Amino acid sequence: MSYIQGETGEWEIVIGLEVHAQITSNAKLFSGAATAFGAEPNSQVSFVDAAFPGMLPVINEYCVEQAVRTGLGLKAKINLHSVFDRKNYFYADLPSGYQISQYQQPIVGEGKLVLDMPDGTSRTVGITRLHLEQDAGKSLHDQHPAKSYIDLNRAGVALMEIVSEPDLRSAEEAGAYLRKLRSILRYIGSCDGNMEEGSMRCDCNVSIRRPGAPFGTRCEIKNVNSIRFVIAAIEYEARRQVEVLEEGGTIVQETRLWDTTKLVTRSMRSKEEAHDYRYFPDPDLLPLELDPDWVEDIKKTLPELPDEKKARFIEDYKLSAYDAGVLVNEKARADYFETVAKGRDPKIAANWVTGDLFGYLNKAGKEIEDSPVSAENLGGLIDLIADNTISGRIAKEVFDTMFETGEKPADIVEKKGLRQVTDTGAIEGAIDAVLAANTAKVEEFRSGKDKLFGFFVGQVMKATQGKANPALVNEILTKKLKG
Amino acid sequence: MSLDKATVAKIAHLARIRVPEEELEHLAGELSQILGFIEQLNEVDTDNVPPLASTAAQKLRRRPDVVTDGGYADAVLQNGPETAEGYFVVPKVVE
Amino acid sequence: MTELTHLTMADALKGLADKSFTAVELTAAHIAAVEKIRPLNAFITETPEQALDMAKASDARRAKGEAGPMDGLPIAVKDLFCTKGVATTAASHILDGFVPPYESTVTANLWRDGAVMLGKVNLDEFAMGSSNTTSYHGDVVNPWTPGTPETWTRKLVPGGSSGGSAAAVAARAALGATGTDTGGSIRQPAAFCGITGIKPTYGRCSRWGIIAYASSLDQAGPMARTVRDCAIMLRSMAGFDPKDSTSVDIPVPDFEKALTGDIRGLRVGIPKEYRVPGMSAEIEAMWEKGIEWLKAAGAVPVDISLPHTKYALPTYYIVAPAECSSNLARYDGVRFGLRVDGGSLNELYENTRGAGFGKEVRRRILIGTYVLSAGYYDAYYVKAQKVRTRIKGDFDAAFQSCDVILTPTAPSGAFAIGENSDDPVQMYLNDVFTVTVNLAGLPGMSLPAGLGADGLPLGLQLIGKPFDEETLFRVGGVIEDAAQFTAKPGFTA
Repeated sequence: MSYIQGETGEWEIVIGLEVHAQITSNAKLFSGAATAFGAEPNSQVSFVDAAFPGMLPVINEYCVEQAVRTGLGLKAKINLHSVFDRKNYFYADLPSGYQISQYQQPIVGEGKLVLDMPDGTSRTVGITRLHLEQDAGKSLHDQHPAKSYIDLNRAGVALMEIVSEPDLRSAEEAGAYLRKLRSILRYIGSCDGNMEEGSMRCDCNVSIRRPGAPFGTRCEIKNVNSIRFVIAAIEYEARRQVEVLEEGGTIVQETRLWDTTKLVTRSMRSKEEAHDYRYFPDPDLLPLELDPDWVEDIKKTLPELPDEKKARFIEDYKLSAYDAGVLVNEKARADYFETVAKGRDPKIAANWVTGDLFGYLNKAGKEIEDSPVSAENLGGLIDLIADNTISGRIAKEVFDTMFETGEKPADIVEKKGLRQVTDTGAIEGAIDAVLAANTAKVEEFRSGKDKLFGFFVGQVMKATQGKANPALVNEILTKKLKG
Repeated sequence: MSLDKATVAKIAHLARIRVPEEELEHLAGELSQILGFIEQLNEVDTDNVPPLASTAAQKLRRRPDVVTDGGYADAVLQNGPETAEGYFVVPKVVE
Repeated sequence: MTELTHLTMADALKGLADKSFTAVELTAAHIAAVEKIRPLNAFITETPEQALDMAKASDARRAKGEAGPMDGLPIAVKDLFCTKGVATTAASHILDGFVPPYESTVTANLWRDGAVMLGKVNLDEFAMGSSNTTSYHGDVVNPWTPGTPETWTRKLVPGGSSGGSAAAVAARAALGATGTDTGGSIRQPAAFCGITGIKPTYGRCSRWGIIAYASSLDQAGPMARTVRDCAIMLRSMAGFDPKDSTSVDIPVPDFEKALTGDIRGLRVGIPKEYRVPGMSAEIEAMWEKGIEWLKAAGAVPVDISLPHTKYALPTYYIVAPAECSSNLARYDGVRFGLRVDGGSLNELYENTRGAGFGKEVRRRILIGTYVLSAGYYDAYYVKAQKVRTRIKGDFDAAFQSCDVILTPTAPSGAFAIGENSDDPVQMYLNDVFTVTVNLAGLPGMSLPAGLGADGLPLGLQLIGKPFDEETLFRVGGVIEDAAQFTAKPGFTA
């Protein structure tokens, strides 16, 4: 539990998140218009999306299936009967004057999500519901001093709104929740989780209370578009609320906006007015009825999800919870690891993947999919160490080249002549030369200064350009010094 | 249920319909009369009666996820009272 | 060529087939008729050039032996159906200048089968009304109004909302017209104008491209001068449409084949609750006459009960306004139609919608907004949905003991423009016999049964089981034969 230390004592943050995840469909939820990102304004708009007179919605089957898949991935109850409602309000980017959403009877009910915290512990957060709804269009405010421009390309795109219970207790937990949710969505393939392009957006409900006290009044921070900003916005908002309360004020329930330049939350003027959404079942649509067999069939096609994969990695590969967590976070990483680990020591494979590879990728700003070092090549490198072709130290050098050029490790070793020297005669010759050049130090060693052993090893390795087999060097050196 | 002027003004704003102040009184009377008429329904026993939203006795039909529509920005915009550079244009919205 | 405009569709098809006249001749006669009946204000938009083009194309098809089931028949289209490239107004100021870039499924079906469009006909604004006096484009006059346009003193309403459709067909300016019916909007004007109209089962005709009033009740249907003509026209209009989620995927029968005249043994339900207080004696007498006609043809009258009948109108005046308050939110001055500028977006909305909607539409939007608003939703909307279940249940039970139901279409004949206009609730009572059918999603037909003492037509209504329009056509044909309704309005083309 991380409390905020205020002037008057400790405060606990209570957070619930509403995530809008755009479904990776070709066409919109209720129209046949395309969903691709970055198209010319209003070019991916049907008359249905623009709410022309007489236009009617017809639901996209794929979107229904993805909502069910995601619900199953969240271990949630799938409601075989759900209802589409109209949420009525006027806004520039909402052409019909209502959003088709699900209110009292969503397609997915209660589920759960396990947070993997950085310290290796885990915590379960409740999912309240998941429902299907339409996205709104986009208002552009910077094109004209007195006008807003409306692009309806996004209007009608399918969203899953995934609502958590107010179970999160810190900004870090909120971050972990989003990372985990994104991971599950990507495993399932229902959403690409790309927050920069807006295909995953987050509304944060934040309140504070004295530890153990009833919930305080919450503020909703709308449409935060990166995990980093979610963490920053929650931290800012919680401290703001502490300040207000400690100064004797009260929190007003309101919608706030995260200002990405000033890094503050501020009240949204457009949402000041109290809403009365007048939900009612959309008479253009009928209740959505799911066949239980269909749901069962979908269940069978679900991929292994991060939690199950993590458990398997710990069990089968004997990895630490932390390593397993890092590896399963992205399916591509987990797959990469499993290719490397196949027929090799999994522990060594995990160390290479989570250590060297992730470090290099991170530094280069690359995703695992773009890794210059293929899983096969990394496996080959590990094999070269295992069969004593190269030493672990040389391997690092080879890896560096692999990352730069994408070449096969064996080719690099050959080209650069890095093959380990295992010829005892050659090593003996090198050792003899080192001992002969350092007679004084040999005396010191023999009179009890054991620490000098490392010096001799270093000199031998230097003389052999690091290629001497370290085990042989140790063995022969010991014999010669002691003998 | 009898509606007063303030309530009518509130509903009218919710519906985004400008109603001149001098019409509110009369409108409140008319709407109250209609509400009085529909409140006859309170005589009907509807305990344990499920609500009926549609008489269409079928399941919601689903369409395949195929792009079949859109791609005609000009047609979408051609009826627009004010458009510019491929956008609909409205007075500036402050967020 | 006046006589061409007095043909039925069935006879016109024969005449076209045996080359007595061409589609162009038939259409030209109707274009002239449309001009002649302008005093009725039945048309909002006349499309004579398009009509002639369509007629020429029809003649060409017929010459090649490719004529469709309605090829060359000139009809009028209620201005609630979106027609590609032709202004579509819903009789509202708010759709000023709107030209749909698409064609409604129902009209597309009609054109596919060869029908010819004469123009777009007047209606109550957004189909909200029972008198066609709420149109931004002016009142429609019932052609049965005594006298001539020059001498009209007390103009009668044609009924509504499909008043322009009914007036145009009755005045012999179109062989038929499309209508829509949300609470009686086909049947009541058909009754007031002495023609036949059928509201099919909900889901029979696609709603795609028809401007929505109340989505769970709206249904398109034909209005024509005979039962057979309605059968011909409905067959073309109806059909499954994947673009409408409430469209039902079942085959469309050849409704004409149902006109066998044989109703022996058919059980005809007579609901006692339709004998409402204040119903005029002549309506009651006409109803009795209808029962006698059917008995004479071998049908068996059965007393039935539809106990929640009196709650249908109050239910309707919750459900329909609720749906319309949401359906009409899209008319906001941003993408099409009227815009009245304002300093802010909200002002633009309020100015546009304040100026764009007439008083009846405004009333219904406000009622609908109110009954859906926080704190009232359960008391009004959910309650109405539950009573709707009861009303449908009444019919389900009644159809256990009968095959079809016979009632009057409306509690009175046509009244004068301006009557009932200061009392919305009184106006709503026009639909007392028709609205139940929409709430239950059933098919309903109105056909002229005779004239009242004042010389105005009165209609009888047949109500059928879901998707059993065929029985309505069969029984309707029998009533039509028995009634021998040959009277014509005082003002025709």
